Amino acid sequence: MTRPTASRRSFLLKGALGGAAVTVGLPILDLFLDNNGTAFAKAAGGGALPIRFGTWFWGCGMIPERWLPTTTGANYDLPVQLAGIKPVQQHISVLSGFDVNLDGKSNLPHVSGNIGVRTGGVADDWRVIRAPTLDVLIADSIGGGSVNRSLDLSADGNPRTSYSYRDGASMNATVPTASELYAKIFGADFQDPNKADFKPDPRYMARKSVLSAVGEQRRALLTRVGASDRQRLDQYFTSVREMEDKLALQLQKPPRAEACMVPQAPAAIKAGTDLTDFEARKANHKLMAEMLAMTLACNQTRVFNMTFSNSAADLRQAGNPTGYHQSTHEELIDAKLGYQPTVDFFATRCMEAWADLVQALASVKEGDGTLLDNTLVLAHSDCSFAKNHEVSRIPMMLAGRAGGRVKPGLHIKGGGDPVTRVGLTVQQVMGVSVDAWGLDSMHTTRPISEVLV
Amino acid sequence: MKLKSRLVAGSGLLLSAVLAMTAVVGFDRATAREPEADAPSNVRRLTEAQYRSTIADVFGPDIKVVGRFEPDLRVEGLLAVGTTAVSITPAGLEHYDAIAHGIAAQVTDANHREKLVGCAPNAQDVDGAQCAKSFFARVGPRLYRRALAPAEIRALASAAVSSAKLVGTFDGGLSTVLAGMMTSPEFLFRIDAPGKGGAQVDGYSKASRLSYFLWNTAPDEALLKAAANGALDTPEGLAKEVDRMMASPRLTDGVRAFFADFLRLDDMATLTKDTLLYPAFSPAVAEAAREQTLRTIVDHVVTRDGDYRDLFTSRRFAMTKALGPIYDIPVSKSGWYIHEFPENDPRSGLLTQASLLALHSHPGRTSPTLRGVGTLEILLCQKTPPPPPDVNFSVVQDVNNPTLKTTRERLQAHLTNEQCATCHRATDPIGLALEQFDGAGTFRTTERGDRIDVSGKFERQDFNGAAELGKILRQSPRVSSCLVSSVWRYANGRDPGPADAADVEAMKRRFTDDGYRVTALMRTIALDPEFYAYSRPQPSPEPKRQASQDKKGRNS
Repeated sequence: MTRPTASRRSFLLKGALGGAAVTVGLPILDLFLDNNGTAFAKAAGGGALPIRFGTWFWGCGMIPERWLPTTTGANYDLPVQLAGIKPVQQHISVLSGFDVNLDGKSNLPHVSGNIGVRTGGVADDWRVIRAPTLDVLIADSIGGGSVNRSLDLSADGNPRTSYSYRDGASMNATVPTASELYAKIFGADFQDPNKADFKPDPRYMARKSVLSAVGEQRRALLTRVGASDRQRLDQYFTSVREMEDKLALQLQKPPRAEACMVPQAPAAIKAGTDLTDFEARKANHKLMAEMLAMTLACNQTRVFNMTFSNSAADLRQAGNPTGYHQSTHEELIDAKLGYQPTVDFFATRCMEAWADLVQALASVKEGDGTLLDNTLVLAHSDCSFAKNHEVSRIPMMLAGRAGGRVKPGLHIKGGGDPVTRVGLTVQQVMGVSVDAWGLDSMHTTRPISEVLV
Repeated sequence: MKLKSRLVAGSGLLLSAVLAMTAVVGFDRATAREPEADAPSNVRRLTEAQYRSTIADVFGPDIKVVGRFEPDLRVEGLLAVGTTAVSITPAGLEHYDAIAHGIAAQVTDANHREKLVGCAPNAQDVDGAQCAKSFFARVGPRLYRRALAPAEIRALASAAVSSAKLVGTFDGGLSTVLAGMMTSPEFLFRIDAPGKGGAQVDGYSKASRLSYFLWNTAPDEALLKAAANGALDTPEGLAKEVDRMMASPRLTDGVRAFFADFLRLDDMATLTKDTLLYPAFSPAVAEAAREQTLRTIVDHVVTRDGDYRDLFTSRRFAMTKALGPIYDIPVSKSGWYIHEFPENDPRSGLLTQASLLALHSHPGRTSPTLRGVGTLEILLCQKTPPPPPDVNFSVVQDVNNPTLKTTRERLQAHLTNEQCATCHRATDPIGLALEQFDGAGTFRTTERGDRIDVSGKFERQDFNGAAELGKILRQSPRVSSCLVSSVWRYANGRDPGPADAADVEAMKRRFTDDGYRVTALMRTIALDPEFYAYSRPQPSPEPKRQASQDKKGRNS
């Protein structure tokens, strides 16, 4: 089990010293306060613009013949199901033909493939994953110094729709609506980075001090329990420490963030809104994507996960008894068309939602470019052809330039290589110190060099 | 995939065997870990319901608990078992922290402070240290479910005084520290301590086990007192407390909590239906349907102290106005009452209640398979392996198929495929018996113009319709046996190990002897010395993962 080996403080210091990881026991406030605040400014995004990472997930894959571009490299062709990304194609690289290898393990429909992409090793139940999801690894590396180490979002209204896990019992639950996202990020605790005056709120100091006392119980409690319980309590105390760090940040004047514009509070979703209806989902997602863009621009997190639809794609069209997932299995292939028309409809429309997210990030001007230029987003599904739950050729895409570290707008064919090459690539781009990733036959040391600058 | 298809094509029975083996063997080989040698957990996270009832007990029901909780985890069918697997993530702790500050602010606000704090700094107590001490001496034991040492109370009071200096008001300081207590592991988790000799947990841990099991809340003052004076460590003292708690109206909360977990009724909160197809369904109806099931059960097993098995045939349904349209009956009364359906009515037993019918359906249509899998897994403790990944379902449920009009006809196409047939033969007959109830639980007799056939066979007995299926389930020893093991697992927060087998078997016999009374079963467990066993931690330098425990026998 990979656990964060260094404390938040060492991550922060790593940022401050420009690379070399040094762990010191300095109280966090001292660390920030010396150096005239520049340490904090760098860690939280002042000076050079921060580079962010995100994942975007959609369920039930695609119909390969109608999704896979035929030409490679730049200006790749857009088959019907990819047509929705046309307005943002220059920002998006398509990574096709990368496989999840089952290595003799069973393929639990809609689960095994997703776990393979996100953890680098196959399992048929999230509870028995063998490594954390890659977003957690990246957040451990770059998430420190932001108010939120990571932000987990789902557009379906269900906080349990999450594919971000530190281990099998620790799912990072999601914020499932735009109004909750607003309250979490721009609510009472929000410190506007562009506000001229700043006065530390003594309430944060009091809360931090009380939390420190909670943290001091750690040693006494851990000696009382067995190994598994100890790990669980340790995770709890890690959460306590993160909250202390967060409160410490609240006591500091945040560095200016030019692109940050505090958004209006969105209206709460009407009770009883059926978010399984595609149009309702797409609208909720778009609102959340725009809110997310401002969250990133305001330096409130550097890592996010957005789930558009769950892994068995719970999407439907209002009034139709059969949903997307059921259609993938039950709909007959139309003899004249040569494909399943309802499945085609949903797969095509999901790509429009992906384009909404990319567009939301590309619309925010930041520095000489856009927020998207300083971001890397990995989009993927749980399978390719959902009718058979195929975990080979899982559709994946990258969006953004990651601050100039990545070349966008290419189509790269994986030729049956493991999906872990993609996971390794994004971790390396985001600065995780890792030269190999993946388990069993998916172990790899080869990033996708074609997308690297 | 292909290899497996060939392997299983010959024999349906083989399918489940192969699936089970791939799962188990695959896991062990992949991780190359020793089987988890860890002793059972001594640490449980409070569920959302337990958190809420504890706060209501300590500060009163008018204190609002506002916010989203870290989701509870269902393990092997029960959230109670998940409480020994989960921790608290950073985002989860933020939620708990926000909820705690919301509660603490109310406790110290103008509307409540006189009753709940009851003192303030004055000339004799300038910084309020004495007032804070008396406050923490009162609420501390209730929140932490144990006595607090004088030094602990002094430390809390002194923290409150320091906080007050920072934030500028005494109440602000008190509130900050109170919120900290509710963010502390001693509140959010139930961490057992060993008693004398180490074979059983200590008195306070006993009190918590008992109280959360029977009342789903923290121990009250009387129970804490019995823990403090050693009464819970004697059979007579324990019996006296158990009797007191069983006689209390609060037993209802414990029974409701068990059945809400057992029947997975928490899922009703996120259940959505297509409102064009099911205009009678709404979030308010979903909530009423959940409440209906719990009230029906409480009426039967607590108020009437009835035979558990009769729940499968009972025509007495708790009813309220919101459910009138779903049940197609006029409801003129306000509030809840018991409605008795006539002898020949299709509504008979738990399986025909809207909650379970709607839960195990798709948003836009029924699913006999989901209903069958749900019934077998929940009420008979029988697992169905997941479907193989490479099945072509096209013929099975094309709702526009001109020849296969009803769900039954479409499902029967499954049975021509041996790979599917093994499981569907077990699941579908149960679901098909319920086909006269649509995806929202409303009664119907036809589907697309054709009469719905609800005949079938279960445990070698023929039935026609849900009422007759209910009678067969009522007589099935598997149903009562499943209830006993589920209550045991709920109470203990884990699956029974080999050492527990005899204990569980004895309880099953006892349950039969007691006339299948659920409350009697709860009493048996509450008096069982095994229920208070302390699991001695096995020290290990390397913290190991918990997750693997759940996997064993997943497909068994």
